[in-house]
Amino acid sequence: MKNVKIILSILTVMLFASNVQARDQIRIVGSSTVYPYATVVAENFGKTGKFKTPVIESTGTGGGMKLFCAGVGTDHPDITNASRAIKSKEKALCEKNGVTEIIEIIVGNDGISLAHAVDSPDSNFTKEQLWRALANEVDVDGKLVANPYKQWSDIDPSLPSKKIEILIAPPTSGTRDAWNSLVMSKGCSKEAKALFGDKASSECTKIREDGYAVEAGENDTLIVQKLASNPDAYGFFGYSYLVGNKDKVKAAAIEGVKPSLEGIQDYSYPIARPLFFYVKKAHIGVVPGIDAFIKDFTSKKAMGPRGYLAEIGLVPLAKAKYDVVRTAAVELNTISIK
Amino acid sequence: MNKEQRLKKRHNAEKRFKLYGLTSILLAIFFVIFLLNAIFSKGSGAFLKTTIDVEVNFDADTLELSESPPLEDLENTDYYELAIDSILKVKKVNGLTEEKLLINLFSPDYEYEIRNFLLDNPKALNQTTVLKLTASDDFDQLHKGNYPRELPEERRRINNFQLNLYDELVNEGKVNKIFNSYLFTKGDSRNPELAGIGGALVGSFFTIVITLLLSFPIAIAASVYLEEFAPKNKITDFIEININNLAAVPSIVFGLLGLGILLGTFHLPRSTPLVAGITLALMTLPRIIIPCRASLKAVPPSIREGALAIGASKVQSVTHHVLPLAIPGTLSGTIIGLAQALGETAPLILIGMVAFVVDIPSIPTDPSASLPVQVYLWSEQAERGFVEKTSATIMVLLSFLITLNFIAVYLRQKFERKW
Repeated sequence: MKNVKIILSILTVMLFASNVQARDQIRIVGSSTVYPYATVVAENFGKTGKFKTPVIESTGTGGGMKLFCAGVGTDHPDITNASRAIKSKEKALCEKNGVTEIIEIIVGNDGISLAHAVDSPDSNFTKEQLWRALANEVDVDGKLVANPYKQWSDIDPSLPSKKIEILIAPPTSGTRDAWNSLVMSKGCSKEAKALFGDKASSECTKIREDGYAVEAGENDTLIVQKLASNPDAYGFFGYSYLVGNKDKVKAAAIEGVKPSLEGIQDYSYPIARPLFFYVKKAHIGVVPGIDAFIKDFTSKKAMGPRGYLAEIGLVPLAKAKYDVVRTAAVELNTISIK
Repeated sequence: MNKEQRLKKRHNAEKRFKLYGLTSILLAIFFVIFLLNAIFSKGSGAFLKTTIDVEVNFDADTLELSESPPLEDLENTDYYELAIDSILKVKKVNGLTEEKLLINLFSPDYEYEIRNFLLDNPKALNQTTVLKLTASDDFDQLHKGNYPRELPEERRRINNFQLNLYDELVNEGKVNKIFNSYLFTKGDSRNPELAGIGGALVGSFFTIVITLLLSFPIAIAASVYLEEFAPKNKITDFIEININNLAAVPSIVFGLLGLGILLGTFHLPRSTPLVAGITLALMTLPRIIIPCRASLKAVPPSIREGALAIGASKVQSVTHHVLPLAIPGTLSGTIIGLAQALGETAPLILIGMVAFVVDIPSIPTDPSASLPVQVYLWSEQAERGFVEKTSATIMVLLSFLITLNFIAVYLRQKFERKW
């Protein structure tokens, strides 16, 4: 029994000791799309030996924002990755919790790739066709009806007569947000928009729930495996997964354009988007190494056209854009959160 | 229906019954073998790594070092140029593109591998040594036969030029497979060939120790009180029902508890073995209390009565007689509870253990991964090399679980008393 007392008291001391101890390791949360890039930068950053390697959690863009905006202090993460820009709701949450100074860094570009098995025939879709394949309600003969399309050829006779089967990312993922704004909203037909009226922005992005669109989870590797084993299925994910798995899957063309480095960089590929991370300025100087980490991330060695991030599928920024981002990273310019 | 027919019918029924049992056993064995085979055939490759022989001339001038430099200088000097020079001498190539393709045969850590070799063997300065540098993930997989080299070139990550280089190196006997010590000594990495479960092993160890230290004494105290001292009334009945219910609560609920109370109220550091240990201790407590109480119950009342009869107090009868006799049962119950905790992932996701952690933790309040979490993390990676790493981690985890269960069985067999 005496031993038990000793052990318990040691544990209590440990609890309090850890409470007081300041954090000396950068904490990063956020998007699973930015995760592969952030981890590589973090690993290289740690190898230089001056600072500890940052710890990175892949929580999805929305989850990351929630943690990031929860407050200032070492209990909260220093950086959050995002595969879309911060929303005004999230800015309000940040402001409410005292996170008023945020630095926004654009990491590079990513093209959402609509992929399918490498041995299935090539395909090409317009945004409207994709919207029609996925939407909950579509317009047929001037009336709104629950999505009637079962085969691609039902939408357009020029498309193959194969069953529609699309694996989609969960609502918490930034990839889904980007898909909604770049494909579902843009592809939504004029007639449907008129019929939806005020609710067009939310109704256009509603996904059908009758089994033709399958929610597939945050695990992009799993999606690749499912696509490889099913020649009729389509799925979408970041460009880096397409590059990493080109022996298993290939990209479908969107409006006649296939994803490529150049196309994503100049946005001629129709569903390209920028990737971000956000830094809490109040933590710089409190947690050691944050400013050095931002500089490392935005260095030419990492983000430049021949940088190591480009090798694993990040599409580098155009020169002019890069200079702006680099300046913001070095001078620690904050964005307005109003 | 006469007597013989009825008898025959009953015999047939018995035969069928036996057959059903046998089929289910065989089915279970088949599944276990299938599972183990899938894991072992994929994972065994990860214990070996592919290396390429590179001749390195540790010339003091190239390294900008004096003739007998202090260790500090060896650490701080730049090895990049030496590394690149040595690698480019492996094969003759022309032009920057080809040079880059050759360098890509190696894992990006070549610079550090060369540096670490010199730090371990300072005498090698000014000498030429053949080092076995780690090959990159793609070539590691190619050498192990997991890479589809028959695919057309544009669908491969390795192009024909690199394939030729590789084949020539193999013919020269410069490509070898050696034991992969990185697997056990390194933390996580984005390069499969450099990733290891060192961090996860230490993290799991800290977690389990904290779980043990918290749950074992509390479980023993609770079960001794409930079994030996507590009055039998509605309150103790209520407590007993609750303990049984808690043991059946899904583990993720305890993760939410850890998230809300340990991280939310007490502000303990996220993703640390300390929080994981406390959370898992809460989860394991009822699962340990139940077998502890059962083994206390199994001690015959005559032992207690005998002790009391010769004048021992209630506490003496428990601590001197009942508890020592019940210890083997409580120990095996605890070990099985810990084994469950060791394999638990769901609660750890909620307290932030599913994170990319490179540094190996040195105290329980450092961020860390744990073995099952490492399996989960690697299964999501796009690179081919992580497939075998995932299976290898499962093999390590399974071997720990089997060892723990074996110890539990051994303790029970060896020390248990039959009455």
